[in-house]
Amino acid sequence: MLINILSGDKPRSVILTVLLLGILVALAFAPFLFPGVRSLETAARICIFIVLVASYDLLLGYGGIVSFAHTMFFGLGAYGVALASENMGRGWGSLAVGTVAGAVAAAVLALVIGLFSLRVRAIFFAMITLAVASAVAVLVSQLSGITGGEDGLNYSIPRELTPAFRLGEFLGVKINGKLLNYYLVFFASLALFLMLLRVVNSPFGRVLQAIRENDFRAEAIGYRVIYYRIAATCLSAAVAALAGSIFAIWLRYVGPDTTLSFEIMLDILLMVVIGGMGTMYGAVLGATIFVLAQNYLQNLMGAASEATTGLPLIPDLLNPDRWLLWLGVLFILSVYFFPTGIVGRLREGRRA
Amino acid sequence: MSAAPDHTPTFAQISLSERIGKAAPLLLVPVMVALGFLAIGSPSSWLTLTVSGLAMGMMIFIMASGLTLVFGLMDVINFGHGAFISVGAFVGISVLLVLGSWTGAPSLALNVAAVMLAVIAAMIITGALGWAFERVIVRPVYGAHLKQILVTVGGLIVIEQMIHVIWGPDEIFLTRPETLKGAFTFAGAAIEKYRLLAVVFGLVLFVAMRLVFKRTKIGLIVRAGVQNGEMVQALGYRLRLVFIGVFIAGSALAGLGGVMWGLYQEVITAGMGEEMMILVFIVVIIGGLGSVEGAFIGALLVGLLQNYIAFLEPKLALVSNIALMTAVLMWRPQGMMPVVKAK
Amino acid sequence: MSDPILTLSGVQTDIAQYHILQGVDLTVPRGGVTMLLGRNGVGKTTTLRTIIGHWQARAGTITFDGQDITAMPTPARARAGIGFVPEDMGIFSDLTVEENMILAAASGPLDSARLDWIFSVFPPLKTFWRAAAGNLSGGQKQMLSIARAMAEDRALYLIDEPTKGLAPAIISTMAGALRDLKNQGASILLVEQNFSVAKALGDTVAVMEDGRINWTGQMAELANDAALQERLMGLSMEAH
Repeated sequence: MLINILSGDKPRSVILTVLLLGILVALAFAPFLFPGVRSLETAARICIFIVLVASYDLLLGYGGIVSFAHTMFFGLGAYGVALASENMGRGWGSLAVGTVAGAVAAAVLALVIGLFSLRVRAIFFAMITLAVASAVAVLVSQLSGITGGEDGLNYSIPRELTPAFRLGEFLGVKINGKLLNYYLVFFASLALFLMLLRVVNSPFGRVLQAIRENDFRAEAIGYRVIYYRIAATCLSAAVAALAGSIFAIWLRYVGPDTTLSFEIMLDILLMVVIGGMGTMYGAVLGATIFVLAQNYLQNLMGAASEATTGLPLIPDLLNPDRWLLWLGVLFILSVYFFPTGIVGRLREGRRA
Repeated sequence: MSAAPDHTPTFAQISLSERIGKAAPLLLVPVMVALGFLAIGSPSSWLTLTVSGLAMGMMIFIMASGLTLVFGLMDVINFGHGAFISVGAFVGISVLLVLGSWTGAPSLALNVAAVMLAVIAAMIITGALGWAFERVIVRPVYGAHLKQILVTVGGLIVIEQMIHVIWGPDEIFLTRPETLKGAFTFAGAAIEKYRLLAVVFGLVLFVAMRLVFKRTKIGLIVRAGVQNGEMVQALGYRLRLVFIGVFIAGSALAGLGGVMWGLYQEVITAGMGEEMMILVFIVVIIGGLGSVEGAFIGALLVGLLQNYIAFLEPKLALVSNIALMTAVLMWRPQGMMPVVKAK
Repeated sequence: MSDPILTLSGVQTDIAQYHILQGVDLTVPRGGVTMLLGRNGVGKTTTLRTIIGHWQARAGTITFDGQDITAMPTPARARAGIGFVPEDMGIFSDLTVEENMILAAASGPLDSARLDWIFSVFPPLKTFWRAAAGNLSGGQKQMLSIARAMAEDRALYLIDEPTKGLAPAIISTMAGALRDLKNQGASILLVEQNFSVAKALGDTVAVMEDGRINWTGQMAELANDAALQERLMGLSMEAH
C-alpha cells in the first residue's frame, strides 16, 4: 500500500528512508513541533520548493534538458493567483481560476518554446529559455499597471486562510486560518510530489530516461524523442506554475524578486544537483537542506564577517551579501565531485 | 597528360535561387534599416537611431564572436562567457579612472592612449581569466553539454561575485574621455562621436577577423575545425591547442566588448555581462551556432531592432529581440548561416 | 624482409558499449599495397580509425615505424607520417580546394612539384582550384581527399573505400593515382569493396571477420581461388 503510494520507487537506502521520514514528519507537524511565525514560514517554503525542485528534476534529471525558465513558470502560477484575486475579488473562485489559468499558460508557453528549440538541438533550449525568461522578467517589472512592477502585488485571500480566522487552541498552538493555509500548502505539495513520482515511474518516465541516456537509440527504437521531451517540458512547467500558485496563496504577495529572479533559478539548480539529479527524492533533501541553510547560514556568515573585520578581504568574502559566491563554488564542486548528489551517494553506500 | 572527359564540366552550377538563399541573411540588414526608416518617419531620428543601432550591434558582435567559435570548434557551450564582459569592463574602467588626468585632458592623443591602455589591460586580464576558466571549469566537462551548462553557470556566478568582493557592491559611473564626449550634427541628425567610433572600430575588427580567417593558416585551421575537427587532427594539427587559443582570444574580445559597452553606457555593474549574455545568445542562435558571419549579421539586426523599437515603443525593446529570434528560427531552424558540420 | 611499417597486435576497440574490434593482429609491410577486405560491418573502418587514433584502442598495441603509438594523440600520429583518407572523405566543404590543399601540407608550404604531380593525376582540381570544395561533384571530392593525402610525403597511407559510389571512369583515375603513389614507394593500407580494383592494386591481403583478421596472404593467391573468396567474403567478388 505504502509502496503503491510511492509508485514502487523505494528510497533504496536505510539512511535515506530515515531522512525522508524525518522530513515528512517534521513538515506534517511543523506548527506543533516548531511553533513560531518564522519556522512556519520556513516549513511552508520547504514544501513549495520540494515541488518546484521535483518538477525541475523531471526536466533535468529525467529528461536531460536544461531550462532557465523554471522560475518564469513558477511566476506565471503565482501571478495567476495574484491577478485573479486582485481583479475578481477575494474568494476561492479567484484562487481556482488563477491557479488553473497559470498552469495552462505555463504549459502553453512551454509548448511553444519547446517546439522552437527542442526540435533542433537540446542546448538551444537552455539558451532560448534564458532569453525568454529574462524578457518576461523585464516585461513584468515594466508593465507596472498590471503587475505592480518591481513593488509586486498585495491581495486578499479567503478569510479562512488568514490569521484572522480563529478556531481555538490545540496543544498550546493557536488553530487559525494561517495554520489551515499551511496544511493546504503541505497537502497540495505532498499530492503534487507523489504525482511526479508516479509520472517518472510510469512508462512515460522510463522512455524519458532512455532518451536521456541515448536519444539516437530511443529514436531508432521508434520513440518520437521530441514529443516526449516537449511533453516533459509542458508537464514540468505546469507543476512549477502550480507550486507558484501555492506560494502566492501562502504569501499573499507576489513580486519579481520572490518569484521571477534569476537567483531563484540558481537556487533551484543547486537544490537539484545537491539533492541528486534524476531521483525525485533528491528534491526533498536538496530543498530542505538548502532552505534551512539559506535561513540560518546567512546569519552565521554575518557573524563570521564581523568577527574577522580587521583582516583583509576575508570580511568581504564572508559578507552575507556574498552568499551567492559560496553557492557558486559549492555548485561547481558538486557538479564535479558529487554528480549523483546526496541520494546517489546514499544509494551507492548501500551497494558497497 | 591523358584526356579525362568524365571529370571536366561536372562542377555543380549554383542556381539563382540558391544564390539568393545564401545571400538572404546579408540582405536582412539593409531591409531592417529600410523598415526602420518607414516606421520612424523622421529622417534625422532614423539616422541617429541607425548609427546607435549599428554601434550596439558591433559591440554585441565583438562579445559574441568568441562564444560562437568556441562552440563551433569543440562543441562547448560556455554560459560563463558573460563574466568576461563584466571583468573586462571593470578592469578597463578602473584603468581609465586611474588615468583620470589623461581622459580629462582635451587632447585626442592622450584620450586615445588612455583608452588603448584600458583596452589592453582588460584584454590581458580577461584573456588570462579565459585560459584559467578553460583549464579549471571547462576542461573536465568536455563532451557533456548538461554538465557544461551547469558548471559554466557556476563559474559565471563566482566571477560576478568576485567582482563585488574586489570592486564593491555598487555600480560605477564614469564619463567618456573628453574628446569622445558629445555629438556632431550630420544631415540634421545628432550623431554621438563615440557611437560612430564604435561602428568604425567594430567594422575594422570584423574585417581584420575575416582576413585572419581567409589568409592565415591558423584561420584556415579554425574554419576547417568548426566543420570537421577530426579531419583537422588527422592532418596533424593539434586542435586542442587551437581551441585553447580561440577560447583565450574569445574571452579577450568579450573583455574588449565590456570596455566598449561600459564607455557606451557610462555605467558598469557586475551583472552587465549576464544581461548582455541574453543578447549574445540571441545573436548566436539566429546567426547559426559556430558561424562568425552569422553572428555579425545577427548582432547588427539585434542592435538596429533594439534601437528602433526603443524609440517606437520602449517597453517592447527586449521582447522585440525574442520576436526576431522566433521569426528567424521559423525561417531557418538552425539559424541564418548554420555551419555545415561533418557527421 | 625488412621490418613492417605498421603492426597491430591484439587490438581491441569499443564504440560506446559495443565491442567492435576483438583482437586485431595485422602487419603492413613496408612498400606496396595491403588490402583490408571483408563484409560490411566487420570492423574495417574501425581498424583504420583506431590506427589514426580517432578511436582509442582499449587493449593491444599499435607499432608504427618501430614506435609504439597506441597512446599517442591523433595529430602526433599524423605528424609521425600517417596519412588518412576517411570513408566520408573529410572534405572541408566551406573552404576552397586551394585552402583544403594548404591545410593538407601540415609541415610547411605546398611543394610546387608535388602540386604539379597532383594536378597531372587529378586535372579537375586545377580547374576548380579556387572553388568551394562543397560545390565539387562526388568524384571530384574523392580526388581532393586523396590529393590531400598526397600533398606531403607520408610513410603510410590509410585509405577507406576511395571508389565508393563512383563512375567507372573515375574509378580508373583513382586506381591510377593509387598506383602512382605505390610506385613512389609508399606503403598503403587500403579498404576496398571493389574486387577488381583490389586485385589490380593489392600486393598482400588481410580479410576481416567479426572484429578479427581471419586470413592473410598474397593477393594473387586470393584472386585465383574463387572458393577461398566465397569462404572469406560470402560471395565471389568476381561478380563486381
